[in-house]
Amino acid sequence: MTNEVTTEILATHVMELAKSGKRLDGRALDEYRPVKITPGYVTSADGSALVELGDTKVLCGVKLEPGTPYADTPNAGTLTTNAEVVPLSSPDYEPGPPSPAAVELSRVVDRAIRAAETIDLKELVVTPGEKCWTCFVDIHILDDCGNLIDAALLAAAAALKNAVLPAKRFEVGEDSPLKVHHIPIETTFVRLGDAIVVDPTSEEEGTTQGRLTIATDETGNVVAMQKGKVGAFSPQDVVSLVDRALAHGNRLRTLLPGGNHP
Amino acid sequence: MGSVGAKDVPQLLDANGKRIDGRGLEELRPLKIEAGVLTRANGSAYVEWGENKVMAAVYGPREVHPRHMQENTKAVVQCRYNMASFSVDERKKPGLDRRSQEISKVISEAFESVLFVEEYPRTSIGIYIEILQANAGTRCAGIVAASVALADAGIPMSDLVPAIAVGKVGGKLAVDLRKEEDNYGEADMPMALVPKSGRLVLLQMEGHMTAPEMAQALEMGVRGCQQVYEVQKDALKRRYAIQRPTEAV
Amino acid sequence: MEEQREGRRPRREGRRPDHHRHHDRRPDHRSEHRGGPPSPASHGTGPELTNERILVLPGDEIDARGLNPGYGTYREGGKVFASVMGIVSLRPPIARVIPFSGPYVPTVGDMVIAIVMDVGPTYWLVDLRASHYAPLHHSGTPWKIEYGECGEYLRPGDSIVVQIEGIDPTSRIMVTMNGDGLGKLSGGILQMVSPTKVPRIIGKAGSMIKMIQQYTGVKVVVGQNGRIWLDGSPEGILKARKALQIIDVEGQRHGLTDHIKLFLEGKEDG
Repeated sequence: MTNEVTTEILATHVMELAKSGKRLDGRALDEYRPVKITPGYVTSADGSALVELGDTKVLCGVKLEPGTPYADTPNAGTLTTNAEVVPLSSPDYEPGPPSPAAVELSRVVDRAIRAAETIDLKELVVTPGEKCWTCFVDIHILDDCGNLIDAALLAAAAALKNAVLPAKRFEVGEDSPLKVHHIPIETTFVRLGDAIVVDPTSEEEGTTQGRLTIATDETGNVVAMQKGKVGAFSPQDVVSLVDRALAHGNRLRTLLPGGNHP
Repeated sequence: MGSVGAKDVPQLLDANGKRIDGRGLEELRPLKIEAGVLTRANGSAYVEWGENKVMAAVYGPREVHPRHMQENTKAVVQCRYNMASFSVDERKKPGLDRRSQEISKVISEAFESVLFVEEYPRTSIGIYIEILQANAGTRCAGIVAASVALADAGIPMSDLVPAIAVGKVGGKLAVDLRKEEDNYGEADMPMALVPKSGRLVLLQMEGHMTAPEMAQALEMGVRGCQQVYEVQKDALKRRYAIQRPTEAV
Repeated sequence: MEEQREGRRPRREGRRPDHHRHHDRRPDHRSEHRGGPPSPASHGTGPELTNERILVLPGDEIDARGLNPGYGTYREGGKVFASVMGIVSLRPPIARVIPFSGPYVPTVGDMVIAIVMDVGPTYWLVDLRASHYAPLHHSGTPWKIEYGECGEYLRPGDSIVVQIEGIDPTSRIMVTMNGDGLGKLSGGILQMVSPTKVPRIIGKAGSMIKMIQQYTGVKVVVGQNGRIWLDGSPEGILKARKALQIIDVEGQRHGLTDHIKLFLEGKEDG
């Protein structure tokens, strides 16, 4: 049972540890928690993956359905990314419309998928202006023990790599794997005093003075970023974090089904 | 119950009386339960029942938010049954539709029947059920999971609550319907039982059954629940296999 | 005696429901339950009547040997049943279930670690991990506080050691910070364990906690509500936290003390 309020002494302790290069769970400042990816977890989805990042658990299901292209992009299919932060995931859930944090999570993951051109939406057109595939990336947060952004994109990337276009079900041809062209990986850092640590736990998130998420692709490009929480980073911080994000991205990508290859 | 043209109706029973997936009329789909699967919840359980995959978590008893919801004489049991958008063939719009709201309500009431709510006035007990993959009988799978999660959370209750659906397929009564049987069968009757008292705390029914069929269906349901009950108990015992009394003697 | 103790009457079929709707609404709930908070005499004082390790689940009947039902049990139709999962304890005059998990059940006299959640003009609301927050009145502190100035002494997020002073019949909990070993904590960190595991954390005559202190050099304050305060070197705290986590997960497995000792000596992994 870790449903606990952040205490002042915890915040102080986390900061003091960080000062001497240490963390609450014994990790090094630049050490990621263990990652376990289970592709194809849900057979009712056209692609899916369960991601366990330490104790954080996130499930992503991809659904592909026939739809209509947007009027301003008649030659492209559509992509919708949505993260559901459900009340089972933490004691902090409040009923009502999605919290700003949940909306941010959806949008940050969506941005990385789009910017990396993970899938080529043009390939999802069946008849320009009339018929296309609609790709829904739905992310279900099951256990929030910190760093939902990275876990959610890992799950989404694994689910997309695992997805099949269900053409047969909709009587528009034969099933074929969804083509994944690039693999974005998000790496999130938080500032704890002068130290900047990767892959924060929920305890560290409660203490942080600024969060920076950097999405990179397998070609070495930065494709999306998001600074969140109260606090700030210097341009020099960002430059060094990009290097760290690239290294983490390259390693995490090899854990996906099919490894580093799109 | 789906109603479709006769030519679309699959044959639900074969010449030997076997069901579409080869089961006998009183045979359950494989049921697997694991208790204590989540870190942040006070209690949790994961259920795989046939092709259903369900996660349940319990929080509480805890302070009620918003405060005007609290009751001075008992705990408020708040169940939320939710289907993941990818849990069904055709993507479901995220959020609680009317069906989910109704199911949440009857499940809350089912559990309030066994929880000692008067012991925790002005608090809430949150029971959260997420259907991750659905193949008929999700509300029953949800109750089965939630019941184990409540016991895992150590919240006092008079008994575990097993659940099962009984239906009518190809003119015969059968337990634990799968999707095709639910869609094309003649009746579906989900129920949840308190084994110790032999009473039903959830009962719904849709379709057509005669009064004698109903009596038989209820008996089959009670027998089915007994089987589910054993799997629930086994899951809890496995969860605590290495546990010992926590007393310093 | 037995009849008098029946708190709720069995459902009578055929009566007009509106006369006793409260009971009819809960047909499976017509029993006297002794599970919830707070029951002053929830522990018996006599010798344990059973050496057997009887594991029970909710709904299992308990052979209470005529003892009064205590925590984790309820009586129905003259029989005693378990309401939580755990191990049966029969210590006259109480039969109860020692639970494996569950909310903290406050008991008068318990020393607990509370966290300040809110500040009022003459009191604070504190979280004890119980089902309700508890008010700490300013008179329950060593300070002379003017009206409206509570926030200058304790703020939300502060951790304090308090004692349960009283519990009224509607489960409202009164706490005090006046007494030996009570007060505000500064420095260190709180590790959470299941409140039901606290006796194991302490060990026989404090043996477990002494061992942890000895090997890690950390200062330890054990709250009965399963909040454990640790202060010392980062390495010591990390090691102590891991030891507490092992005890929390593995309960009282055979040879737990030796296992923890080996872990603390660095000879065995958690």
